[in-house]
Amino acid sequence: MKYLHLLFSNLRRRKARTIFTLLSIAVAFVLFSYLAAIRTAFAMGIEVAGSDRLLTINKVSIIMPLPIADMSKIAATPGVKEVTHASWFGAVYQDSSKGFQGVSQFPVVPEEYLRMYPEFKLPPEQLQAWLADRQGAIVGEKTAERFGWKIGDRIPLQAAWTQKNGSRTWEFNLRGIYTGDAKGVDTTQFLFRYDFFDEARARGQGNVGWYIMRVADPAQADKVANRVDALFENSAAETETSTEKAFMQSFAKQTGDIGAMITAILSAVFFTILLVAGNTMAQSVRERISELAVLKTLGFPNGLVMALVLGESCLIAILGGGLGLLLGSWLVSLGDPTGGALPIFYFPARQVALGAALVLLLGLLTGALPAVQALRLRIVDALRRV
Amino acid sequence: MNGILQILAIIGVGLRTLRERLGASLATVFGVAGVVAVFVGVLSIGEGFRAAMRPAGADDMAMVMRTGNDSEMMSGLSRESTEIVKQAPGVARAGASPVASAELFVVIDLPKRSTGTEANVPLRGVQPTALAVRGSGMRIVEGRMLAPGTNEVIVGRAASREFSGLDLGAVNRWGKSSWKVVGIFDAGGTVAETEIWADVAVLQPAYNRGSFFQSVRARLDSPASFARFKDALTTDPRLDVQVQRESDYLASQSTLLSQIINGLGSIIAILMGIGAVFGAINTMYSAVASRTREIATLRAIGFGRVPVVVSVLAESLLLAAFGGAVGAGLAYLAFNGYQAATINFQSFSQVAFAFAVTPSLLARGIFYALVMGLIGGLFPAIRAARLPIATALREL
Repeated sequence: MKYLHLLFSNLRRRKARTIFTLLSIAVAFVLFSYLAAIRTAFAMGIEVAGSDRLLTINKVSIIMPLPIADMSKIAATPGVKEVTHASWFGAVYQDSSKGFQGVSQFPVVPEEYLRMYPEFKLPPEQLQAWLADRQGAIVGEKTAERFGWKIGDRIPLQAAWTQKNGSRTWEFNLRGIYTGDAKGVDTTQFLFRYDFFDEARARGQGNVGWYIMRVADPAQADKVANRVDALFENSAAETETSTEKAFMQSFAKQTGDIGAMITAILSAVFFTILLVAGNTMAQSVRERISELAVLKTLGFPNGLVMALVLGESCLIAILGGGLGLLLGSWLVSLGDPTGGALPIFYFPARQVALGAALVLLLGLLTGALPAVQALRLRIVDALRRV
Repeated sequence: MNGILQILAIIGVGLRTLRERLGASLATVFGVAGVVAVFVGVLSIGEGFRAAMRPAGADDMAMVMRTGNDSEMMSGLSRESTEIVKQAPGVARAGASPVASAELFVVIDLPKRSTGTEANVPLRGVQPTALAVRGSGMRIVEGRMLAPGTNEVIVGRAASREFSGLDLGAVNRWGKSSWKVVGIFDAGGTVAETEIWADVAVLQPAYNRGSFFQSVRARLDSPASFARFKDALTTDPRLDVQVQRESDYLASQSTLLSQIINGLGSIIAILMGIGAVFGAINTMYSAVASRTREIATLRAIGFGRVPVVVSVLAESLLLAAFGGAVGAGLAYLAFNGYQAATINFQSFSQVAFAFAVTPSLLARGIFYALVMGLIGGLFPAIRAARLPIATALREL
């Protein structure tokens, strides 16, 4: 500890250089924070996907419906603990140019759906209010915040579905606002009652979009999936069942090259900035090689001189990297830079830890070469150098 | 005049000694080049996507769908409505029949060739006039047009390249029926090239759509006829439709993805720019530091402050411009024409497109490099001008 003073005076030597090196490292780690958040966003919630949940969709495409009659057959399949369903609604709020982008809207069976997704937290009295109102709906806190909705609001949506009365404006009463029990939970969904939806729509009665089921044993998930698909083989609507995780992964893969490109570019940038900053740090030690020789002349042992060099580079890395990670998490928490286009956008704790590890690694690597030089330094040679 | 000569002289000295500061200077060039390459690269994704959503001839093509829907997948039109739309004034005619096509738009799951994972591929049901409606923007390049009433499909060039089972002559089982690929079409690299086309009359029963359509595409007899066409349809009490130019519809379909790409692109570019400016400042500070005696000598023999400032700035700008040019060139080589496919969340289907490094992007990249060079050189330049001559001369 008593050498900390020495380290800091070394850093103060060329204030401008130290500050700008610190800042470049900080910028690199701000980028790193965004990189982590963007990767999470493109993975579309895989991190929180339940491993015991399966999804059954129409084999042709998820836009094709499945009959509601399938539900009892699925429920009776060995290995299936419980099952529920949801459907696609595809409505716009207010004018379509503003869009309802990133907000999924599903008609669901309230209690079943919330039991299937325990990560959605809804206060019991709000659930009661929802159950008491056929036109009731609940929404995630992120969407509620975005549109400034409060419980009790009447929300008109322009849907693709026509009602029996010929209107395509569906009105809902907001009965609850759900929250997520973890950061990665999608709190943008708009959920309303399937019984109301199915009765009111002009066409398509008795169909649902997809089934969600919980399996008793996640290890048996593949077997259960095969069993479910076998039920409907050669029926009018053949099915395709996969784990929620696999489903999301395959959907996330649809963004294909774009997600991959952006993460590749960001990673390249991150390492480039670190390379340049690291080079500056190493150079500043090289410039002071004769001073190290003086320290040795004064009787500092080799190990200590090496530790001082390493300590200095680690100090810069930790100060800069720490600043960057703090700034990055703050910026990411402000929201995504695309204005609400990415429903899930946060800096996962595991990535923060990875960032911290990279900070240390940066300090050690940039200090390593000069440190070894310092260790091997022959005083006479070094002092002779100008 | 004397000032200019002084500036030139100092720049000359600076440039001749550049070799001694090669390492740091190259780091700056490298840094700026990287920033510009990434900046141009990321924005070329957006440019390419926008270009794909802007097909030739889309201005005199009208797109009609039900009111209040923001994409054709959600729309629904009865056969009667589509017939009324086709007879509206302003629609081009080939002989007696209108050049218009009532269409159905669905997606099917097909594996991507590159990864083998399933992707939402757009499948469009069209009427025989569909090619004529698209006009010069689209043509069959291999095989032939599908025969009406059969399970034949034609596929876009990009779709054939990106997804399995779409080679000419291949037979695929989708849902309950088999479909044969009889033709490949080219749409100038635009969004339609990712589509598969089938006869709408065959597709309707296969997808339980009865006699429902989702949109009507009509060729107008001239771009100016659009207002007439639109007024006729929107005032017709039998219809509940919205009318857009195809170009406007496609532009509205690309907002979300453009927003994502541009939002992320600008964050990346800004952060990188800041990082590179810090790097440039460091380089120029050490350049000034290593030239302390030299600059002091120049000042001592009568060179003014302004020429010193200008010369440092000029050096920094020169390095940045060089870096910018290298970066822009690299971006052009690496990204221009790069084929990619992604999902367009708004149409819920895949779009294949090529990255486009446009001249304006290159210019913006180099401009950005110059801004970085200017900011990076400014503070060190001021420090150089402020050096006290006497102490600076003494410095090692």
